[in-house]
Amino acid sequence: MIVQTKQKSKEQLHEELLKPDTITGSEMLLRSLLLEDVDCVFGYPGGAVLYIYDAMHGNSDFNHLLTRHEQGAIHAADGYARSTGKVGVCIATSGPGATNLVTGIATAYMDSVPLVVITGNVATTVIGTDAFQEADITGITMPITKHSYLVRDVKDLPRIIKEAFHIASTGRKGPVLIDIPKDVSNDTAAFYYPENVEIRGYHPTLHPNKLQVDRMLEAIAESERPVIIAGGGIVYADASKELIEFVEKTRIPVTTTLLGLGGFPSAHDLWLGMPGMHGTYAANHALQNCDLLIGIGARFDDRVTMKVNGFAPKAKKIVHIDVDPAEIGKIVETAIPVVGDVKTVLQLANLKAKPSKSEQWIGWNQENKKNFPLSYQDSDTELKPQYVIEMINDTTKGEAIVTTDVGQHQMWTAQYYKFNHPRSWITSGGLGTMGFGFPSAIGAQVAHPDRLVVSINGDGGMQMCSQELAICAINKIPVKIVVINNQVLGMVRQWQELIYDNRYSHIDLAGSPDFVKLAEAYGVKGLRASNKEDARRVWQEALDTPGPVLVEFVVRKEENVFPMVTQGSTIDQMIMGDS
Amino acid sequence: MTRKHTISVLVNNQPGVLQRVSGLFGRRGFNIESITVGESEEKGLSRMIIVTTGDDNTLEQVSKQLYKLVDVIKVVDLSSNPMVARELALIKVNAEPGIRPEILGVVETFRAAIVDIGPNTLVVQVVGDSEKIDAMTELLKPYGIKELSRTGVTAMIRGMVK
Repeated sequence: MIVQTKQKSKEQLHEELLKPDTITGSEMLLRSLLLEDVDCVFGYPGGAVLYIYDAMHGNSDFNHLLTRHEQGAIHAADGYARSTGKVGVCIATSGPGATNLVTGIATAYMDSVPLVVITGNVATTVIGTDAFQEADITGITMPITKHSYLVRDVKDLPRIIKEAFHIASTGRKGPVLIDIPKDVSNDTAAFYYPENVEIRGYHPTLHPNKLQVDRMLEAIAESERPVIIAGGGIVYADASKELIEFVEKTRIPVTTTLLGLGGFPSAHDLWLGMPGMHGTYAANHALQNCDLLIGIGARFDDRVTMKVNGFAPKAKKIVHIDVDPAEIGKIVETAIPVVGDVKTVLQLANLKAKPSKSEQWIGWNQENKKNFPLSYQDSDTELKPQYVIEMINDTTKGEAIVTTDVGQHQMWTAQYYKFNHPRSWITSGGLGTMGFGFPSAIGAQVAHPDRLVVSINGDGGMQMCSQELAICAINKIPVKIVVINNQVLGMVRQWQELIYDNRYSHIDLAGSPDFVKLAEAYGVKGLRASNKEDARRVWQEALDTPGPVLVEFVVRKEENVFPMVTQGSTIDQMIMGDS
Repeated sequence: MTRKHTISVLVNNQPGVLQRVSGLFGRRGFNIESITVGESEEKGLSRMIIVTTGDDNTLEQVSKQLYKLVDVIKVVDLSSNPMVARELALIKVNAEPGIRPEILGVVETFRAAIVDIGPNTLVVQVVGDSEKIDAMTELLKPYGIKELSRTGVTAMIRGMVK
């Protein structure tokens, strides 16, 4: 594994790092990252960051993982951040190195993932001249970063790094970019790392208005059919325990969004499943019939609400708890806005929370859950993807960290893997980034060397970052890589079948590599199965094999994800499928 | 109800801050009718005055989204209060010597000023709200406007700032 046990204690290291020596910008960067307790940086060197990489040479305190593509580096940093709650860090050179990060930055921005992204730039003397490998990366990424810096003076560098970590990891989290010109990384100044951050225009509201919390509790007391929609904010604020306490005190059924999965235990009887386009019958019908809707750290994404003006039509009131005030009222009209850190809000609410008049409503929801469960037609002749996910769930007892790519396999995993812990589910929600699944698993595994990390991918997405098999092999990163191979772009196929009248346009992935041989070419063990018996056997073999393993499951091509709500429909107008 | 809003945005005077603000308007689908920027009363801070149209919900979102920018210190909807709004325009108009007294009459009526006289042209400077400048422009059109440059609106609340 890449993370080594450090010889020095944290205190010793910090004392050494804080010495006011005159050092280069590159050394300042390394010292600052270590002072921020960064375990591992993911990156790729190039001309504009050579001073930085030179400073890393022989530095035993600093862990760096060399990926094979900058996209791999940033998705790995993202997986690291989502699985730990810490800030993920990646480094790339200027120009193409920096632009290769754009997809990963946008992914992290949409899903509120804390990242500090370091890019090199050409020297300040040639910025703006179209110099070799120059790109205005702060300009390019302005719409997809929480904030960005172009460092013009080495003296500002430690303050900027301190601010970047603070901004990335507080309030609504997100990626912050620091662009460091080559001459700045080589200039010298006395090192001083600030203890505190004071940014005049940045003061996230963490403590809610108590009156609004009281109004929410009053609304709950009056309500007969309340429902909670909990999003990624529950996970990011580490507020799972508080949510469980709130739910149990108020007796309100809960639905968790794609990013909220794991934020509330799926084994809990008040959990209704995931809402939205591929949500459960119980979750969608609860939302459409509730008289009080409480959004907690969820942003009412269009994949959840579907047709917005038909969403939650019977809700007399909508309560929205979010740390980002701009989310409140953005999509749905909110009667009771509660701006604040979700954990703090729930702690406050839990002091006075009382049961709602919901027992009859709970019964109705539980009937829905029982009568309309997720289901599929199993087959003894063909391998069904849902079966594969259930098998992974059964064998890992739901205790693995699971990452996915984007598409049908992602939705099947969201539906059939039973998440009971926060930060055990890593997926690209907002941006829907193919190529995310596998490298994000590498980041999660680096952060959790002793846990089982399973990366579930489609045959399409696997080919978008498959080069990172090399770093699994070389660094013995033991990710279990699953490829659900249906030989097509499955979700596109599903839409073309159901919405575009079976007009299958450019979805055939013929010409894909033999995934087993591809894995073996990189020195990773490869296994394949295309029926249930083989599937169980090779999966067990993968689990029993130390180190990385790629397992390809060849599944039925025509399988679709159900339930499904098509665009323009309300979420209770569900196609239930062929179970 | 859709109406015109004049918003004052106090920002850090940093490179790229105008791009951050105007880019946010563009990508969020908010309209910019006019945007002006200049130094504020405090060193290191600039003030932008943005004129936009939209309903109250749009205005609320504009304000909230602006506050998400780390370089934005304060956002005030000036048009919810009695305010002073001014724009400046320079208008270069065809003016053969024989016609100048007539143009001068228009300029004086508007309390505008002639700030340059060329062999065949005059440059008229007019300050006022946007409607006054529109009216001045209309009146000068018949003489032949060769060039027109407007600053966009700058504004502040009358009396004490709330």
